[in-house]
Amino acid sequence: MLETETNKNAFLSVRGLTVEYTSDGEIIQAVNDVSFDLYKGKTFGLVGETGAGKTTIAKSIIRILPQPPARVVSGEICLDGQDLLTLEEEKMCKIRGKKISMIFQDPMTALNPIMCVGKQITEAIRKHEKLGRRQATQKAKEMLETVGISGERYHEFPHQFSGGMKQRVVIAMALACNPDLILADEPTTALDVTIQAQVLDMINDLKNKYSTSMIMITHDLGVVAEVCDYVAVVYAGRIVEMGTKEQIFTDPRHPYTVGLFCSLPDINSDTERLCAIEGLPPDPSNLPKGCAFNPRCPYVTEACSGGHEGYIPFVDLGDGHMCRCTNLEKIERGDNLEHAAVRG
Amino acid sequence: MSTPLLEVKNLKKFFDTPRGKLHAVDGVSFKIEKGQTLGVVGESGCGKSTLGRTIIHLLESTEGQIIFNGEDITHINKKKRHYINENMQIVFQDPCSSLNPRRTVEETVQEPLLISKRLKSKASLQAETERLMDLVGVDRRLRLAYPHELDGGRRQRVGIARALSLSPQFIVCDEPVSALDVSIQAQVLNLLQDLQKTQGLTYMFVTHDLSVVRHISDNICVMYLGQLVETSPSKELFVSPLHPYTKALLSAIPSTDIYAKRERITLKGEITSPIDPKPGCRFAARCPYVCDKCNEPQRLEELLPNHFVSCCRAREINDL
Repeated sequence: MLETETNKNAFLSVRGLTVEYTSDGEIIQAVNDVSFDLYKGKTFGLVGETGAGKTTIAKSIIRILPQPPARVVSGEICLDGQDLLTLEEEKMCKIRGKKISMIFQDPMTALNPIMCVGKQITEAIRKHEKLGRRQATQKAKEMLETVGISGERYHEFPHQFSGGMKQRVVIAMALACNPDLILADEPTTALDVTIQAQVLDMINDLKNKYSTSMIMITHDLGVVAEVCDYVAVVYAGRIVEMGTKEQIFTDPRHPYTVGLFCSLPDINSDTERLCAIEGLPPDPSNLPKGCAFNPRCPYVTEACSGGHEGYIPFVDLGDGHMCRCTNLEKIERGDNLEHAAVRG
Repeated sequence: MSTPLLEVKNLKKFFDTPRGKLHAVDGVSFKIEKGQTLGVVGESGCGKSTLGRTIIHLLESTEGQIIFNGEDITHINKKKRHYINENMQIVFQDPCSSLNPRRTVEETVQEPLLISKRLKSKASLQAETERLMDLVGVDRRLRLAYPHELDGGRRQRVGIARALSLSPQFIVCDEPVSALDVSIQAQVLNLLQDLQKTQGLTYMFVTHDLSVVRHISDNICVMYLGQLVETSPSKELFVSPLHPYTKALLSAIPSTDIYAKRERITLKGEITSPIDPKPGCRFAARCPYVCDKCNEPQRLEELLPNHFVSCCRAREINDL
């Protein structure tokens, strides 16, 4: 499925994206040869732990990585047939906020504390649409109403809102210009479950209404199950497994994906003991050769160090289910979860 | 039934704010048996951390009674303070900010031992530190490391070692795994469970994560704006929640089972302010079953064995 060329049929096509950070003279490989396609109206989930490189992928798409210390080493990001990485900054400004917009993780830091929330939304509208001041204000009020905040609160400041409402303001801002692509970076992590449910419902409604494509970054597999169509599991800057939500949730094949599912306490059944993944995520400045998961993997063999290529290629498991693992025959279909449970 | 290790009666903790009294904990009562875990769940700002801190006297209660091992510890003097410190400890949420950045692991773990003056010789202190580090699974070679050199999971283990150093009977775990990644979270949860078995500990486990609380607790209290709305044995709570808030809370958890179709109760509105709240059910403003009687003060009623609910319509809603 994934050729080296960008996919012209896909709405967003990322190929071979590699991003490095330089810190203290050390080179840190944050994103390593990431490729995926996103179709119109679909939601693509990026799942992984802290430091796996999920946010860096999103920031390279919308091109707000601080360069330096970050550097896009190679890769292509194609949105609607346009390569974003080679675009001039001036043109990128027109796309940012209009075609692509981003919902940030922490609403407390994403909003300007000394500017009323309405103005912050109006700012984005005025930048991209030819609307007068009064019309833009009207539009901003409508956006606030869409996310369930009364338009009368236009002149209030961020500190006057609760956490959930602030996140909704951030969402209203991101949606103000009807973007084609939304990058949602852990949009509900800072929120309580009941408020999270409200926000997720709202995102789903708006997505269906405007048929917006979305990249959902999260570490919560429950959230993925709620909103995503496709899922990629990211470990140490590489996609280790990718497929439709059904493929990943019913038939996870990569040992890391299996481990993630097993280490979640299940709300519906009793487990005496969780099967934790042993060890720690690798040091990004000194990644293990080959599969970065191999020091923690129960199935590790010599082939896991990747031979002379230095990495494990994708294996196509059919219907677009891809997995980077050399021991797939050993990890038999279906019994992978049970096996891990026995081990724990 | 034997006397519970900890009993809290009608505990209240109010804070003065410029806008009035903030009712952080308002009339909470519960018991914890020895060797058991009580989970306290609720959304941010519902007073669950304040409750934990008030019990172990990091904050002084406004009203109510705390009974530990049959002894009233509501009001304490210096002598009792020592007794509490040696028997009740806390593990904090954020291992980054709860460890002194300028102290090594060894210094952090030894501090309670030095203050209690239990161990006199340097050699016995050293041996005890090593025993504690082994107990929580931190390599002995990290003895002289500073917190910034450790990862989140190890830092939390050091926090646990410090809490264990005086071999307490009771530990308040205040969101101990919330700041950790899933794979590390499972490791720390397993450690806490192992320690409970080997050291005979009693936990009060404060968290907002319902799947974690189900996994680790024997009994669960659900808090809403400073009050308990439901307490129940942990398995039963997830099978048959009785309070409308608990129902909504459980239905809001995103499930990893993609085929299970569940009916979601989406709550409208936001949490009402805990400053000078009106009498009556505090959940009334968001409750789908609200009625006139909700304006009267509610009390916990035992509707099923050991399953208490504070809702005037609980019987009716649940056909009991």
